[in-house]
Formats: sequence, C-alpha cells, structure tokens
Amino acid sequence: MNAVWTIARKELSDSLRNRWLVAISFVFATLALGIAWFGAAAAGQVGYASTPATIASLASLGIFLIPLIALLLAYDAVVGEEEGGTLLLLMTYPLSRSQLLLGKFLGHGLTLGLATVIGFGVAGVAIALLVEEVAIVSLATAMGRFIGSTILLGLGFIALAYLVSVRVSEKPVAAGLALTIWFFFVLIFDLMLLGGLVASEGTLNPELMPWLLMLNPTDIYRLLNIVAFSGSEPLSGVLSLGADLPVGPAGLWLALVMWCVLPLAAALLLFRNRRI
Amino acid sequence: MNCFELDTISHRYDRETVLQDVTLQLEPGEILGLFGHNGAGKTTTIKLILGLMTPSAGRLSVLGGEAGDPRVSQHIGYLPENVMFYPQLTGREILAHFARLKGASPAQVPELLSQVGLADAMDARTRTYSKGMRQRLGLAQALLGKPRLLMLDEPTVGLDPVATADLYRLLRQLRDEGTGIVLCSHVLPGVEPYIDRAAILTSGALKAVGDLPSLRRQADMPVTLDLTPAGDVEALETAVNSATRGHEVVVRQGDGRLTVEVAPQQKMSLLQGLMASGAIADLSIHQPSLEDIYVHFIGDGGLAHRGGAQ
Repeated sequence: MNAVWTIARKELSDSLRNRWLVAISFVFATLALGIAWFGAAAAGQVGYASTPATIASLASLGIFLIPLIALLLAYDAVVGEEEGGTLLLLMTYPLSRSQLLLGKFLGHGLTLGLATVIGFGVAGVAIALLVEEVAIVSLATAMGRFIGSTILLGLGFIALAYLVSVRVSEKPVAAGLALTIWFFFVLIFDLMLLGGLVASEGTLNPELMPWLLMLNPTDIYRLLNIVAFSGSEPLSGVLSLGADLPVGPAGLWLALVMWCVLPLAAALLLFRNRRI
Repeated sequence: MNCFELDTISHRYDRETVLQDVTLQLEPGEILGLFGHNGAGKTTTIKLILGLMTPSAGRLSVLGGEAGDPRVSQHIGYLPENVMFYPQLTGREILAHFARLKGASPAQVPELLSQVGLADAMDARTRTYSKGMRQRLGLAQALLGKPRLLMLDEPTVGLDPVATADLYRLLRQLRDEGTGIVLCSHVLPGVEPYIDRAAILTSGALKAVGDLPSLRRQADMPVTLDLTPAGDVEALETAVNSATRGHEVVVRQGDGRLTVEVAPQQKMSLLQGLMASGAIADLSIHQPSLEDIYVHFIGDGGLAHRGGAQ
C-alpha cells in the first residue's frame, strides 16, 4: 500500500508541477460559470436559466471534454516510463507491476477528481451565492450527482488509456490509439447505434436496443445526468432509448463503476504479462 | 548465505536460447566481474537475478530468497546501463522518491548525493545533468538503503578518471563491509585491479569463471619476458635456448633486446638458467592481462562476437 501511495504521490505532485491540475480546474470552473450565465442565451436572455438546463448543458460538454482530458492525462502512464528508461529501474524496486499501475491510477484519479471538485464546485458555490431564488437543495443534489458521475467517467477513461499504455511500446502510437478511443466512444458509437437502429427497420429486438447504451460510458453518464430531470424535457436522439431502460439510477451508477473496474482489471492483467 | 546462486540456468527468448546451463554464484564481500560481448547474455543474467524475468530452466536463489520477491529486491541495488531519470525533477526529489519506494530512510538522500559528488547539483532538474552526472545519480540510487547485493552495468561510462577512481574506492569499501558486487564492463584494464573473480560469457554460455591466477592457468597463455642483454644479443639468445632445454619458446629480437614467450610452467627454469649464464642485464615479466584472457576465451569469433545485438 505504501508503494502504491508513493507512486500516486509522485503523479499528483507532477500534475501540480506542470499546472495540469490548475489548468483543468480553471477550464471546468470557467465552462460551468459560462454555461450557467449564458445558458439561456438561445432563449434570448442572459442569466441563470434553470438547474436542469444548466446540468444538461454541462453534461453535454463533459462528454467531449472529460474523456479527452482523462486520456491525455493517462495515455503515457506506462509507455512513457518505458521510453524514459525508468520502467526497468522501477521494476527492480520492491514494487509489483500491479502496485505501479494502481499507484498511477490513484494519482491520475486524484488529479482529475480534485480538478473536477474544485472546478465545478467553485461554479456550484458561485451559482448558489449569486443567483437569487435558486433552490439550493436541488442544485446541490444535481451538482453532486454531476461531479460524482464526471469523476467516474474520468476514471473509466483513465483506465481505458492504461489499456493502451501497457500494450504499445511507443508514445505516439499510444497517443493515436487514445484519440481513437475518444473518437469511437464520443462520436462514432451513437452514430453507429442510430444507423443500426434505422437500418434494422425494427427487426432488432426492441428490448435489446436500450442495453446497447450500456456499452458506452459516455451514454451512461449522459443518461445519469439528464434522465434525472426527464420529467421536464423529452429526450432526444439515442438517449430516447434510455427512457426504455429497465434499470434505475442505481443500475446506471453501477454500470459506470463497471466501466472503471473492468478496463482497469484488463490493464492490470495485460501489464502483468508484458515483457520488460 | 550467498548473494545469488545460479544453478544450471537456461533462458529462452522467442525460442532463441540466450543462456545455456549457467552456474554461477556470488558470495558476500566479493566483487565479480561479468564480461562478454554484446548479446552474450550479461543483461539477461542480471535481469534474471533482479527477478524481471524467470528462467526457462534451472534453479535460482537470490539473497536466500526468490528473485523478484519484494523482501529480496529491497536489499538489491541496481545501476542499469544508460540510466535515465524524470527530467522535470531535481536530483534530490528523484532520490527521495526512490528512497520511499525502497523503504529507505529519506535522511540518507543528501548524504548519498554528496558522496557521489552531486552536492552542488542536487537541487537542479536532471534535465540539465550531463551524462556523468546522471550516472552518479544512478549510482546514488543503487546505494539507497545499504544494499547487500549491488549490480552495476557499465558504471564508469561518462565518468572522468578521478570520479572513476572514487567509484572503485567506494566499491572496495562496500565489499569490505560485506556487500556482494557484480560489475559489468567493457573497460577491462580499468576493472582488472578491483575484481576478485571474473566470469566470461560467450553466446549465452559461461566460458570461464575464477580469479585471475586461476583464469591464467585455465587459459594456459604464455608469459612474456622482456630481456636486456648484458653484452651481446646473440649470446643472450644462446643462453635462452640452452636454458629452455628444448621446450617450445618464441624468441624475437628487436632494439637490441629479446622478447621471449614461455609457457608458465617453464618460466622459473628459464629464469634460473638465464641468471646462471650471466648474459642478462635486466628483465621484465608480463603476465597475460584480463584483456588477453578475455580475448583468449572469446576466441575465434573475434569481431563477429563484438557486433551482436544487445
């Protein structure tokens, strides 16, 4: 455990040193405040629209941003150490491969988690203080859910980045694959799902379709944050499938957790069999 | 308890045999030189002892335990060839990080850094370090936590002569305190005075192992005598020929001196004969050096052996 924490500590202090933590927090806070204040601009007015609308906009943005940041943060975790020549040395220390990877996961997770809490937390507090007649309880619940699911989504993509990082032997290749992962889950997956839905012309089992959303962590994330308010607005696009999903929020949370655990377990397994 | 024991170890890498039946051990308080051409299996041997790989066949024990066990690797210091560090961290930060990983006291960090001559540079980022400074930091890293087994791969690369002498002095001191040390180097004349035993590897097999006198005996290489005649060179040559009494010797003349190569067992009788003849004014004796022995054992492969992949 001590070794895990030593590795995590180095990652965390690295992200403080290279200003990643500060930069991500700043980006999150700016975006959240911007969306909160100008979210209603489309409706022809400036000012705080409503908590559900703000969270929905934030979640839509988070889907693009969080996976990208997580992948960038973590894609060189192992392959970078190897290219830098430190992996071999680390492995001669009383430190197992699992401990190294878990330490990295803890360090990167803390970086992203802290940035999320600070960035969106600041925005949440600012909204609560500056906007009059906002319902504090519903804002806090929605923000808490948003921040929690954002961290889980980030952890999932950090784990996916490790999956790449333990497999390849060159950093540029790892970067390319990480971007491919982002492209697939964020842009391609929903298109494929919609395309499949239309092309199948109803021959596919309609009960199966909603479950396919579970294959994409960003869809689960979106469902979690938007379906929570689904009473107020109709869902659009692929998300309408989610309305038919027979699992409640607990199931969605569980699915998001699985998206952290499974890639991480796979990465640990691959790393253990890697030749150094 | 031996620092490590390799018992008929073989290792295959992609079905290619890299080590074949290697039996070797290191006792505490001993410096073992591990020599061989590129690709001879030195790095593989070291990686096996460090527990980075497991041997395909044979028995291996390190510090009385299993290679790669955290309780074992805690007591091993390792300096890899071409050691690299995190460029954005300072020497002190890096050493503190590795000390924490090894469970060594962070208090020894500044002490070790000044011991390797990095006292002035410990707060500079290693990005700015020269090759020699990185090497010193690597050495300090290997010395963390007073290792009982120290493995150094080309430790003198990038070090100036003074730093090299310091390093060897330090290694002697550690050996006297009971550390077992493995030294891999291509600078054979440099390490010759400091090693207790040498192991010579070629193409994955252990060609010879032992201290220098026993390696000389195994190699059975001629001793070279440089003779200065008292008077006439021809008279000296006659004296040499009669003193060797028909044994094989190679005699060469040049600069009014005589160079004689004689088998080690005939050396003393030749010398006694020469002394008695009075034809000799001065002489010097050259034992085969580690380099000569190495070349002898590496053998016919010559250059082909030197170009092998690592």
